[in-house]
Amino acid sequence: MSQISALRSVTLKRLDFTRQKAEETVRIKRSYRHIWGEKAFRKTLIIIAIAIITLLIALVVTLVVQSIPSIKHVGISFIWTKVWNPVKDIYGGLPFLIGTLLSSFLALIISIPFSFAVAIILGEYYPKGWMSNLLKNTVELIAAVPSVIYGFWGLAVLVPLVRAFETKIGVAPIGVGIFTASLILAVMVIPYSASLGRSMIQMVPADLKEAAYSLGATRWEVIRTVVFPYVKSGLFAGVLLSLGRAIGETMAVTMVIGNTNILPRGIFSPGNTMASVIANEFTEADHPVYLSALIELGLLLFVVTLIINVIGKSIIKKFTQE
Amino acid sequence: MEAPIKFRIGKSKIYQALAIVLAIGCVVPLIAILLYIIKSGASKINWHFLTSIPKPVGESGGGIANALLGSMIVIFISSIIAIPIGILCGVFLSENRKSKLAYYTRLSVDVLQGVPSIVVGIVAYFWLVKPFGGFSALSGSIALAIMMLPIVIRSTEETLKLLPNSIREAAFALGMPFHRVILKVIIPCGINGILSGVMLSVARIAGETAPLLFTAFGNPYIATDITKPMQTLPLLIFNYATSPYND
Repeated sequence: MSQISALRSVTLKRLDFTRQKAEETVRIKRSYRHIWGEKAFRKTLIIIAIAIITLLIALVVTLVVQSIPSIKHVGISFIWTKVWNPVKDIYGGLPFLIGTLLSSFLALIISIPFSFAVAIILGEYYPKGWMSNLLKNTVELIAAVPSVIYGFWGLAVLVPLVRAFETKIGVAPIGVGIFTASLILAVMVIPYSASLGRSMIQMVPADLKEAAYSLGATRWEVIRTVVFPYVKSGLFAGVLLSLGRAIGETMAVTMVIGNTNILPRGIFSPGNTMASVIANEFTEADHPVYLSALIELGLLLFVVTLIINVIGKSIIKKFTQE
Repeated sequence: MEAPIKFRIGKSKIYQALAIVLAIGCVVPLIAILLYIIKSGASKINWHFLTSIPKPVGESGGGIANALLGSMIVIFISSIIAIPIGILCGVFLSENRKSKLAYYTRLSVDVLQGVPSIVVGIVAYFWLVKPFGGFSALSGSIALAIMMLPIVIRSTEETLKLLPNSIREAAFALGMPFHRVILKVIIPCGINGILSGVMLSVARIAGETAPLLFTAFGNPYIATDITKPMQTLPLLIFNYATSPYND
């Protein structure tokens, strides 16, 4: 009897042991799989990060390679040649450079009072409440409207208004032109500097402002002497970012700027920007140098916006780290 | 030497009023645009307009079915491409904050965000239109995906950065492998922020026209083949607004 029970217990133990062993192998297998999955996942992440960098590099390389024929053909004088005549094989980027700079800076000048006012209202005067929420959402909605809608509205509503205005002040009533494009651009870039300015103004330490109030300063004096000096660089960065946006903007500008490839004589004359000339002529470019000259414009556009954005972003970074 | 207090308070009030007036002033164009669009557009929208294709130039009537369908297809394809890559890259950036690769990736994302849309269009043309010999919806989708990526990456990274580290540590302490911590704990915790970033990027590309000018190109008929030209809504608006015909 005792022999049987001993045998039984031994068998049971052995069974138990094999079961344990089996469980262990399963566990080991599972953890191997986990380790494998972990490694694969980490590798995927790294590959994707590298892919993003590669994407940017490939983008730049493509632009440079494709604009080589034009750089060879025209050389560095591309930047200051005044004539753009693809039929005669003359390519000068100056009209577009001037058109871009003129329309963007004009847009900035128009938009700055508005965007700073929004920033001050939301950051200082009324930081809370449904009114400021409404204003904030509306301003953000401005950024969400597609640019082609702005262009359409500009063409249908703004151009006649500008034409009437031009007749009144006595210049040729064309309607379309750099001034109209600047007006549209000004509306489009308001949200960028306004929202950045708002968050910067909210970061001004309260004790600085309270100290100024306790010395008897009025609200405006506090804003001018405490808030503005503190957020100066932040507001500047916001303006830079909206400049970058204005320079690269294509559709709305193309629709209202008039699209003439001559050097603009004033802010009311029609012109062309780098982005709009690409949009207009890219599919029509019939020989390699023409196409390549357009791509060189694109490269120029890319470099300009790159510089502006990098400066703006580095200012913001410095500001938020302090 | 100081100006009298009444003058100073008055000045302060004037500046406050000026700020309010200017702030309201910049809302005016938006309202004007919305009113204009609604006033002249609302009466035209009906079932026939949404389901028929445009008539030839010069005839009245017709609809926008081709552009509606094209927009949906193009947005769908670019979302499929950009959203997974964008979220994974955002995860990488938030998990490896200090590494050199993360620094350069972040820099590239910043630069990509600032690239003018027309430049993206040019590049997509040389990558996808020229080698394959023709305009296609696919090339347009990829151009839009390039524009979506930075927005998705940035919003994912910002959201995941805000998650408390203790969640991550608790998951690791339970012995979860890295990929399951990310997929089962971190991403579900930040799903709201990620989704809002995704929606933002979709809204951004839905209205984008410039890169599609030389990629998807436009098509007056209903097209579902993604290797052929396709019409989208913004392109349709652009073509009609700038054409000399008054349809």
